[in-house]
Amino acid sequence: MRQHKLALCKEHFLDWLPEQTERFIKKYEMFTHHEKVLVAVSGGKDSLALWDILTRLGYQADGLYIGLGIDGEFGYSSESQRLTQKFANERNLKLHIVDVEKEYGQPIPVLADLTKRGHGRPCSVCGLTKRHVMNRIARDLGFAVLATGHNLDDEAAVLFGNTLNWLGEYLLRQNPVLPASPGLARKVKPLCRFYEREMAAYAFLRGIEYIYEECPFAVGSKTTYYKELLNQLEVKRPGAKLTFYVKFLEARQQGIFAEKEKIQATLAPCSNCGQPTSAPGNLRSRLVLVLSFDGTGCTGFN
Amino acid sequence: MVKLILRDKEYEVRPGMDLLAALEKCGIMPESVIASREGELILDDEILKAGDEIKLVSVISGGSTV
Repeated sequence: MRQHKLALCKEHFLDWLPEQTERFIKKYEMFTHHEKVLVAVSGGKDSLALWDILTRLGYQADGLYIGLGIDGEFGYSSESQRLTQKFANERNLKLHIVDVEKEYGQPIPVLADLTKRGHGRPCSVCGLTKRHVMNRIARDLGFAVLATGHNLDDEAAVLFGNTLNWLGEYLLRQNPVLPASPGLARKVKPLCRFYEREMAAYAFLRGIEYIYEECPFAVGSKTTYYKELLNQLEVKRPGAKLTFYVKFLEARQQGIFAEKEKIQATLAPCSNCGQPTSAPGNLRSRLVLVLSFDGTGCTGFN
Repeated sequence: MVKLILRDKEYEVRPGMDLLAALEKCGIMPESVIASREGELILDDEILKAGDEIKLVSVISGGSTV
């Protein structure tokens, strides 16, 4: 691991990664052993590894799997659900499952087709749906915190995209911890300091069975393109991705951006479901579905 | 020769080079994969031997973030 100037054998690597995770959980004040954590699991390497690590560290962690109904040619959703369920069963962990089609009438690709933004590439609708469901389940089931498996490559790619476009609000919000606010559960990213390659190595060495195939709609995505660009940089300058992300966090901590309160003031509750939205008066122009969205009567994404 | 397998693609390189060099020779970004030989993870500086079959797994996941 040139970025860390560290070389470890299998045994020590499998100890090191959870130890470092614990260090980052404490450093960023993500949660404590007294709090219930809901881990968003997709069947991929990062989220299953995160669930594995948190339980090894002794945290109270349930899983949440969201069935998106994306099958492609290889049964993407059904296979990822099977692997997630298998992971939970083998470790006697509690897994909560939300099936988008059963709850909202249609799978993600169809829901996306019903919106102007979603034709052919449902990633925007998918992301919005997942955020909505995750927050709702965390809130309804009384979890103190929602944990996702975002790794450093994910964070660096998002940071890169937001910087290219100077998206100040998004830059301000990107953080290992998003504190709870009215209607929103606290969100944390305990793996945000680990390279994607390190997480894949951890899953491999730990014997975690995960879905290798990528979501069929992610092929050619901007995130993937940014990751490839950053990897080119990393090859020439080991540690570049880590520096990019960590220095960003430090710079923001030192006040490089606008005051947080100014941005938070722009969030308001959705008139339908009560969850906070950055565009309360402009919901229809963002994403509005004719379908009944959830049990609360919300008919719009926000 | 040494065979490297990534999904449904196969590559061949001469033995004696390390994994990093082999990946670069095949046009594969080293940061984008992990490699195993006979079920054991191998590192970038591992010297590849004649007859080795190296399985590569892509590590990049993309799409919308949540």
